[in-house]
Amino acid sequence: MAGRMSTSDGSTPLLRLDGVWKRFGGEVALGGADLAVAPGEIHGLLGANGSGKSTLIKVLAGFHDVDSGTLEVHGRPVPLPLSPGQPAALGLRFVHQDLGLVPSLSVLENYLLPQLATSRGRASVGWRHARARLREVLARYELDLDPRATVADLRPVDRALLAIVRALEGVGTTSDPGRGQLVVLDEPTVFLPRNEVDRLFSLVRRVASTGSSVVFVSHDLDEVREITDRVTVLRNGRRALTGVTADLGHDQLVAAIVGADLDVAASYRAAERSAGTTALRVEGLSAGLADQVSFTAGTGEVVGFTGLLGSGYEDAVRALAGALDVRAGTVTLDDGPARELRSWSPRAATDHGIVLVPGDRLTEGIVGDLPVTDNLTMVNLRHYLAGPWLDRRAMRAAATTLVERYDVRPPDPRLLVGQLSGGNQQKVVLAKWIQTRPRVLLLHEPTQGVDIGARQQIYAAVRAAAGGCVVLCASSDHDQLAQLCDRVLILHRGRIGAELHGSALTKARITEECLRSGKEGSTR
Amino acid sequence: MTTTESAPGESGTLPPGRPPGRRGAVSTLVARSAERIALPVVWVAIIVLFGVLRPDTFLTAGNFSAMFSSQTSLLVLALALTIPLTAGDYDLSVGSVASLSAMLIGILNVQLGVPVVWAVLVALAVATLIGVANAVLSIAVGVDTLIVTLGMGTFVQGIVSWTGNDSTVTGISAELVRVVVQARFLGIPVEFWYGIVLCAVLFYVMEFTPLGRRLLIVGRGREVARLSGVRVRLVRGGALVSSAFLAGLAGVLIAGTSGAADQTSAPLLLLPAFAAAFLGATTIMPGRFNSWGVLVAVLFLVTGITGLQQLGARPFVQNLFYGAALIVAVVLSFAVRSRRRKAA
Repeated sequence: MAGRMSTSDGSTPLLRLDGVWKRFGGEVALGGADLAVAPGEIHGLLGANGSGKSTLIKVLAGFHDVDSGTLEVHGRPVPLPLSPGQPAALGLRFVHQDLGLVPSLSVLENYLLPQLATSRGRASVGWRHARARLREVLARYELDLDPRATVADLRPVDRALLAIVRALEGVGTTSDPGRGQLVVLDEPTVFLPRNEVDRLFSLVRRVASTGSSVVFVSHDLDEVREITDRVTVLRNGRRALTGVTADLGHDQLVAAIVGADLDVAASYRAAERSAGTTALRVEGLSAGLADQVSFTAGTGEVVGFTGLLGSGYEDAVRALAGALDVRAGTVTLDDGPARELRSWSPRAATDHGIVLVPGDRLTEGIVGDLPVTDNLTMVNLRHYLAGPWLDRRAMRAAATTLVERYDVRPPDPRLLVGQLSGGNQQKVVLAKWIQTRPRVLLLHEPTQGVDIGARQQIYAAVRAAAGGCVVLCASSDHDQLAQLCDRVLILHRGRIGAELHGSALTKARITEECLRSGKEGSTR
Repeated sequence: MTTTESAPGESGTLPPGRPPGRRGAVSTLVARSAERIALPVVWVAIIVLFGVLRPDTFLTAGNFSAMFSSQTSLLVLALALTIPLTAGDYDLSVGSVASLSAMLIGILNVQLGVPVVWAVLVALAVATLIGVANAVLSIAVGVDTLIVTLGMGTFVQGIVSWTGNDSTVTGISAELVRVVVQARFLGIPVEFWYGIVLCAVLFYVMEFTPLGRRLLIVGRGREVARLSGVRVRLVRGGALVSSAFLAGLAGVLIAGTSGAADQTSAPLLLLPAFAAAFLGATTIMPGRFNSWGVLVAVLFLVTGITGLQQLGARPFVQNLFYGAALIVAVVLSFAVRSRRRKAA
């Protein structure tokens, strides 16, 4: 295989990785992955979550060591791992999805940031000169940006363009001047409006026309097919496919990403639970990236929400808890009145029995440096009042009971929650809310940072809770959704694009639907 | 509300680590109780030390009575600070508010002939109103409390100088002086006992009421509190109003202790009050702003300074001692805790 890794026209690849292995503990992240990028090429890098894409990029960026594997840049072997600063010297540039810009600083200051961070022996910045130089650079890329503008005031696409130009021009020269550089764009389009993506693409094409190469990482197959010359698909840490983009159809790419073998492993669903009467009705919910989302759910149902990054699936769920501002929409519980969500708040949500187990556990779910008892009892302090005072003994006793029921280890409610493992912290958050007998239990990435053992316990706790309430679970873990949910709604660019249930509810089908573009509509 | 401020006096949340084993738990318990009682033990030790060095002046009933009662206004100011500090906010206006409260009593009672009871009530009401202004500006509008209360404190101090014509108002009703310092219980002026009662009340509110728990949770995890349905803005605003009210009370004690209202003594208490609040957070209930800890801290500070002065130290020793005590205590407390964390 490795012998055929030269590029289509037989020239020396700008970058070539071969047989890269990387294990984390016992888990294989990269199992002999390879990648070759030709000079002046726009190369798509595709793969599902956990396929090894980000590990591969981190190897190139010098963040990860490898167990084995070789790297060649411009045909010259380079020993792995790369040391800090070495990727830059080799002409490897990275633009991550968060862009690495400081919003409160100016365009010019952001452009100079990498130089300012490392400049040695330079006492002062020649602002006038630097501004003039940046104007030249921006003109060369045909970008109309004011160096003095504050980055926070720029449109999202302009921020992305600035980050790309900075990666190419602002880092100083490579050791091989005159030779093309390689820019890795890690999901640059997820938070961009569709009509602005074109501006980013024209910049990418301009970069490629100068002899530099672009590795374009994305989940959006339409974008990949539009912009890239060739594409590599990773699956389970190995290359599943490399080919000229124009020769590959949408379905071929999906099959390569998902893997045909996974379809066989459809999870067994004993009996489709008949959803009882509708307990939750949400209409026209627009919040964050979610756009006019409407759905209903019954008591006893576990409904999953997923989609690609930037599809807004988590916003649709978090908004119901009042965690973010809602632009429009109503929520109806049981036979109650439809409530306007625009004036919603966490307080209103909890008062109506809608509670959230947040994904960002340490800042939103628990107070790490308070004991388990305080974290568990914070939502129903009223219950522990004896006269005007809190009955601390009763609080401790209640916490002890919950800790035992949810198998929090070690079972000592006096411990600080921050001292527990991720899985046990999550059990505390679940116990905290389920004890309040919620009507709607919202979960956001419920097993993020949770070890495998605790994962099953968390699923069991969620299923038990679902007996008495509606559970909505926003997650990017398709395996988890297939195991946990009765029904999964898949969002495309803020809207519900597909719904899976019954025997169609498999990990592979969920991934497939996420990759299908919204305009193709529902699967049925 | 958009920025997450880290709570003052807190070294960040613990990284998730392995829980301590049984042997670890025992040594943790020992370390924790040692940390709890370290400052009271040091306090007793310096009493013994000064007692041995200056038995005739230091070990007298009069000296102890003076030490216990003389810094009650500092104690009350420090207690006032613990409330917003627990909620994760600063209140830099307490010194000026105490100053204004004392000055109002002076002007109303001495210059305008208002009965002292009414003067005190007006002073407390004005102090509370300043707290409301702090709350509205910082929480409703959303400006950082550090900036709002800094500005408010400076502004209020300007009002004090203006209304007091840059001079001291003397001759406040003897009635007030009697109920603040002249009356004694167990040989100690009653204001000390007022301080003790306030400590007890605050302790119970903080530890045994839902309000106190919410205050703590808001301070340690504002987003957690918000998403758990706590009315975070109300709690934070209430904390600022309470601290202003207690600062007003400190002003009443200042006016009652000396029978006069001056321009400078109350604002000068601001930094010592912060020192006492943070020093108090290293003892009794280490890691939390707690009223008994503040009491121990104030008594420790005043004992140390009294003893040093009796040994012949000049007045500047006060600042040296306050500053050094705070730094040493906080550094030690931090070191103990990071060691314990590593051991765990």
